[in-house]
Formats: sequence, C-alpha cells, structure tokens
Amino acid sequence: MTAPAVVARDLSRRFGDFTAVDRVSFEVERGEIFGYLGANGAGKSTTIRMLTGLLAPSGGEARVAGHDVRAEPDRVKGAIGYMSQKFSLYLDLPVAENLRFFAGAQGLSGKARDARAAEVLARVGLAGREGAVTASLPGGARQRLALGCAILHRPQVLFLDEPTAGVDPLARRDFWALIRELAAGGTTAFVTTHYLDEAEYCRRIGLMVDGRLVALDTPAALKARWVPGQVLVARGRGLDAAALRRLPGVLAAEPFGAGLHVRLDPDRIGAERVAAALRGAGARELSLASAAPSLEDVFLAVVGGAAQEAAP
Amino acid sequence: MAPALEARGLVRRFGAVEALAGISFAVSAGELYGLVGPDGAGKTTTLRALAGLVALDGGEARVLGQDPERGGVRERLGMMPQQYSLYGDLSVAENLAFFSRLYALPRAVYRARADRLLALTRLDRFRERRAEALSGGMYKKLALACALLHEPEVLLLDEPTSGVDPVSRRELWALLHEFVQGGMAVLVSTPYMDEAERCDRVGLVHRGRLLEEGAPRDLVDRYAAEGRPGRHGGAPDFEDLFVARVEARP
Repeated sequence: MTAPAVVARDLSRRFGDFTAVDRVSFEVERGEIFGYLGANGAGKSTTIRMLTGLLAPSGGEARVAGHDVRAEPDRVKGAIGYMSQKFSLYLDLPVAENLRFFAGAQGLSGKARDARAAEVLARVGLAGREGAVTASLPGGARQRLALGCAILHRPQVLFLDEPTAGVDPLARRDFWALIRELAAGGTTAFVTTHYLDEAEYCRRIGLMVDGRLVALDTPAALKARWVPGQVLVARGRGLDAAALRRLPGVLAAEPFGAGLHVRLDPDRIGAERVAAALRGAGARELSLASAAPSLEDVFLAVVGGAAQEAAP
Repeated sequence: MAPALEARGLVRRFGAVEALAGISFAVSAGELYGLVGPDGAGKTTTLRALAGLVALDGGEARVLGQDPERGGVRERLGMMPQQYSLYGDLSVAENLAFFSRLYALPRAVYRARADRLLALTRLDRFRERRAEALSGGMYKKLALACALLHEPEVLLLDEPTSGVDPVSRRELWALLHEFVQGGMAVLVSTPYMDEAERCDRVGLVHRGRLLEEGAPRDLVDRYAAEGRPGRHGGAPDFEDLFVARVEARP
C-alpha cells in the first residue's frame, strides 16, 4: 500500500478575522488527477499555497508526498512542481534558456541538465522551437513551456493553479492530453480550473464554497447527488428562463451558451409542458433534447445555491 | 446610421508577421459582437487598433464615426485590456472611487453604480481588500466594474472573464446584456465558446482575417448542414465549428 500523495486534515488558514480556508480534509491518491473547484475567493489558491509549503496553516495539518507542510516545507518544495495562472517564464529568453534556467534552479547541472531539458522540450511538443523567444510563442505553447519548466525535476505531485486560463479550446485539449500522460506515468495532479468541461478529466473533484469543502466525489457521483432529475437542452430564439422557473416541477433553468439547460422532476412535469411554456413565452424555432447533466450544472447547484442563500 | 464601431481592412505588421491582414467588421449600437479565434489570431491587436492604440499599416478604425486617435471620442469609449491596471495598494472600494473621479461622475451616481456593480460581481464582501490581494478572477471582476462605471457608449473587452468562476461569469454576461439592451455597443474577445454563443454576432478570426461572421446560431446551423456531427455524437455546437474551421487552416 502506498501512502496518499496529498493528505489534508482540518486544514485552516485565517487572515485576521477572515477565514480563507476552514477545516478542509481530503486525500489525493498517487497518479490521481484531482480537481479543486470553487468560486473566486473560495480559498482554492490559499489551499494550494499551504500544500506547496509557501504559507503556514493556522490550524490542522497537511502532508504532501509524505512530508509535513509545516515542519518540512523545503522537502515539500523539492517533491512538487507548481504552475500558476501567471506563468513565471522569462519572456525575453529563448525557450531552451528558460528550460536550462529552471533545471539549474532545481539543482541539475552539466550534461544531466541539458539531457533533461531536451527530453522535456520534446515531451511538451516544443522540439524545434528551442531558439524562439518565449514572448513570441502563442499562449498555448507558452503554457506548455511553463508546464515543462514545472516537471524538469520529475515531481511526484504537480500543482496546476488555473493552468489553462485564457487559452483557446484546441490548446486546452493538447494541454490536458499532456496532463493525462503524466498522470498515467504516476504523477499526481492537483488542478484548479474554471473550465468545467475540462474538470471532467479529473478522477475526483472537491468543491469549495466560502473556505469550506462542501462536496468531494467523482464527476458522475457529484452529478447524481447534486443534479437530480432530468436535464433538457432547449435551443431556439427568444428563450425565457424566468417563465420556466415558475412552472411546478421545473427545478432549474439556466442559460448555457445560446440555449437553456432545464432541469425537471420527471414525475411532475414532462418535455411537452416545458415546450408549451417556452412557446407561450415567445420562443421560436424551438428544439428540446434530453442531455446528460454537466459539471457546470453541479457547480451552479452547489456554488450558485449557496450564494443565493447568502444574498440579502 | 453609422456603425458604433468599424474595422475597415485593418493591416498591422510586426516585422515579418502580419498580425492583422485586412480584417473588416462593424458593430452597431445595442449589439454585442464577439471575436473568437485561436491564440495569436490577432484579436487583441484588433481591439487595440479600434481603441487607437496601434499605428496601422493599412485600413481605418472608426469609433462613433470618428478616428479613435482623436480626442473627442475617447471619453465615449471604454476599454478593458487583458492586463488591466488597478492600484494594487488601494482597496476595491478605493479603486472604484478613483476611477469615478477620473470620469468625474457625480457622487450620487457613483454610489448607486458602485453598489450595484459590487453586488453583481460578488465583490461587496471584499470592499476593503487591497486589489493586489485579490485572486485573479476577482481582480478581473473589479477591472470590469471599473470599465463599466462611466457607462461608455462603446466598450471593448479583451477576454474579460478569463479566470472568472462560472457563476460570476454568467452574472457578468447578464450584466453585459443589460448594458447592450440600453444601447451600448460591446466588442468582446473570449476563449469561452459558450460565451461566443451568447453574442448577437460572432466573428471567427484566424491569421489576422475574418474567416466567418454571423449570428452564432446561423453559423452552427450552416456547419451542421455540412453533415458534420458534434464531438459528443449529437448536434454540433460552436466549439465543434471553431475546432473544425481552425484545423482546416493550420
């Protein structure tokens, strides 16, 4: 039996009167892709700063790659890789120089350094671009370089804090293919993201609301627990969500792109009544199709629900 | 009526790279127009050119019928670049107050607008927090609130919701729609395909040109009529269209 890659027990952090992280407990297995989701300001980044040994917890404890984050922060730092939404690459240096610099910073030197830099360069799909000035790379390539710099020392646990913010869909797919390869090789990935389509790649997901971990499970189990009922996707013009929310049996109606996701209790209402209500409220060219619930439905149910309760 | 915003054959070269290769489109008052495209397609340069911040090698930019480099139109134009400069050592409330003074808003107007924007962005409980201590998403929301404070006639937004959480993202879009219904012309670039679907019209930008333009629903319908299924097997959506169009022209 191997020990979990990350263990948090009642992990807490206060800043003055403000509790950013409130008694959070979870475990992440080796080789697992673990998603850590929540609204802005929910405490995700503060949790990561504690788990990476950058910020001392005010309460509770955490072990990463077997090391206690409070007692052995330097050993934690040696065992992890970290990439944030603001990659800290040297933009005026060529690609290869960034890799050599970060390899040196991680204690590699000489031939070992050059060999590892070349290996990572190929791994992140930048072979042949060694000489390109980093600033000239498109966002997706720059992000793969930042990932490369974070894995030079073969970390056991990789912390990715919104690694794909602002990146186009094609580049995001390439990036996630890399993460899955790394995880298949035994690297543990702890990821935050606001793209809930890519959160589907995670084996398990924790959801933070106001500093507390309110849900933790596989994507499928979260959907079953938080998004009960049947989901219909309405497409068309002039869709009025408010008209649907007034119907008994309609549990939620939220815009998704140009359409609406309508969640209903199939014992109380059927698709025909939903269609009639939408047409009555002015919908044209209406089509209704049943759909699998998405993690965005879960996020809205958990985070949106909690926020509405807190609103005046 | 002249369009609120117009790009007429914009050309801009950076060395050997043609960042803008003759891009043209127009945005009317009361219209929300989205620019989507892969990284490096020229979206940011287009927005900067329309704000009069890029010297063009060809073509013309027009804001409310005028040259954006001229003084008169500047105060009727709002712009939120990707790296928006807030004062890191000022609090959320102080940043809003600072920008309202810059725009010379009357105090009562400022108070009402600031309260509403803080509530809509869920920043009200962080009023006293210094901007440099905000998370990336919260910083973006504050920047957007500052850009909306003077309710410009034309608003340019460069990826305003990158790093913003899904609940706030919806709320910000609902807010944008409200301003647009009030007559604001909004041009927004976004990497989110669901946001692209929520624009009145979208331009798909690639290599400094417009590949395709129209109401998102019409573009997807046209794509579906080519007999292409969606990636999940069902009807295609905007992301399927985006990926197919970009991959067809590497």
